[in-house]
Amino acid sequence: MSDYNFAYLDEQTKRMIRRAILKGLAVPGYQVPFASREMPMPYGWGTGGVQVSAATLTPEDTFKVIDQGSDDTTNAVSIRKFFEKTAGVAVTEETEQASVIQTRHRIPEAELTEDQILVYQVPIPEPLRFLEPRETETRKMHSLEEYGLMHVKLYEDISQHGAIATSYAYPVKVSDRYVMDPSPIPKFDNPKLEMAAIQLFGAGREQRIYAVPPYTKVVSLDFEDFPFEATKADHACDLCAAEDSYLDEVILDDAGNRMFVCSDTDYCRGRREAGHVGRLGEEAA
Amino acid sequence: MTPLLQVTGIEKRYGARIGCADVNFDLYPGEVMGIVGESGSGKSTLLNCLAGHLKPDAGQVIFDTRADGPVDTVTMSEPARRMLGRTDWAFVHQHARDGLRMNVSAGGNIGERLMAVGARHYGDIRNRAVDWLDRVEIAEGRVDDRPSAFSGGMQQRLQIARNLVTEPRLVFMDEPTGGLDVSVQARLLDLLRGLVRQMGLSALIVTHDLAVVRLLADRLMVMKDGHVVESGLTDQVLDDPQHAYTQLLVSSVLQV
Repeated sequence: MSDYNFAYLDEQTKRMIRRAILKGLAVPGYQVPFASREMPMPYGWGTGGVQVSAATLTPEDTFKVIDQGSDDTTNAVSIRKFFEKTAGVAVTEETEQASVIQTRHRIPEAELTEDQILVYQVPIPEPLRFLEPRETETRKMHSLEEYGLMHVKLYEDISQHGAIATSYAYPVKVSDRYVMDPSPIPKFDNPKLEMAAIQLFGAGREQRIYAVPPYTKVVSLDFEDFPFEATKADHACDLCAAEDSYLDEVILDDAGNRMFVCSDTDYCRGRREAGHVGRLGEEAA
Repeated sequence: MTPLLQVTGIEKRYGARIGCADVNFDLYPGEVMGIVGESGSGKSTLLNCLAGHLKPDAGQVIFDTRADGPVDTVTMSEPARRMLGRTDWAFVHQHARDGLRMNVSAGGNIGERLMAVGARHYGDIRNRAVDWLDRVEIAEGRVDDRPSAFSGGMQQRLQIARNLVTEPRLVFMDEPTGGLDVSVQARLLDLLRGLVRQMGLSALIVTHDLAVVRLLADRLMVMKDGHVVESGLTDQVLDDPQHAYTQLLVSSVLQV
């Protein structure tokens, strides 16, 4: 494609974003401000993630996009097509084949390796936002490590629901220093945040980039008498019979019938091809 | 005995105007000091300078910390000062909604300071919260209600509970009874007097209500135009005012 610079953004912008990414990697969990650009998609569709992906991609990369674990929803398809068109990179749906994975709200089930990069789309990067609306104050709280307020939120959860009801965007402490919003991934995925791959978080509207380097300590916040629990629906996948994957609930009719399927479509397909069959599944052809 | 708080030469200017100037006093453990004066006399400016909310232009505020003994809080590092603000100091605002988180339950409001200093056991935090609600005469059943569902007097009592839960040694109060009706005021004053005596707190109370200082304060400072014009024992100042302004102030109180 000669109509666009490689991966849409101009080289100066990519340099600026790469500087922010490097700073984010140097200070794990710290939100680095960057000059977010207008992208040809609305805010909330992953403008932050797209900019981070654009600055990360090289012509040799293989790119994968998932939205809630799925490769074939509108958001995932349009972002994948965007980079096929503007960067001409190879794309894949297989987690193991991809070198850069952009994700919205999930971490793939397959374990990621050291030569992969996971890019998150982040709507609201500030974990303290709903408790403390002043940006000047939240910045000060981060810089002085005053995180008592985060526990107030968890306290409120327990006092209202009898358990920590926060089930996604569950706050974590990175490398014993910064409290970070891991983007709205289910808390089932929180233990996976300690991984071999590089994790980059981009928030386009809020103009922040942050990162978790490989093998960095990531602790989910909790109380001594209400410890953190990674929860999922108590079922097996109805297509591939997996019991260890995060499940989506699908309503089938108005008679109360429903099914649970892996939210990670690639993981589910892989298992079905390997011969696993769930309650409602069919033998792979 | 070392004073808990030694204030020397505090001055704060807003451009050419004087906020407060040349304020000196010592506050000893267990002592309650009242600061009275009309609106604009620099009472609140002084209180904010002492509590670290404003940076004074000159002077020292030396606080006797538990760990390191007397330290000048004006020149100490900001993290250390904010830590003091969560542990040994308490600040009761005139409007309860300035000092409370209105979208967090009463229990959460009380627990916040505990969690800010590292409490991580839900059961303990909740027990302390319920205990404190009881001490400020709020029914235990209201622990999960938000302050927005409370009356003005209850909000003010909740604010006091939230501040005292970490057992501070020095409490700053900015017109704690302002805006409350007289019967609620009387109850609040009674409660405050009980807590101050029981916990051996030192307190600085800014008010324009002479009845409040008569009830609570051991000593009194009268401010006018940013300067302290008279100070002494409360009864002495109120019963035998020397300065013309104090005489005016005392004689202005309505008798029913």
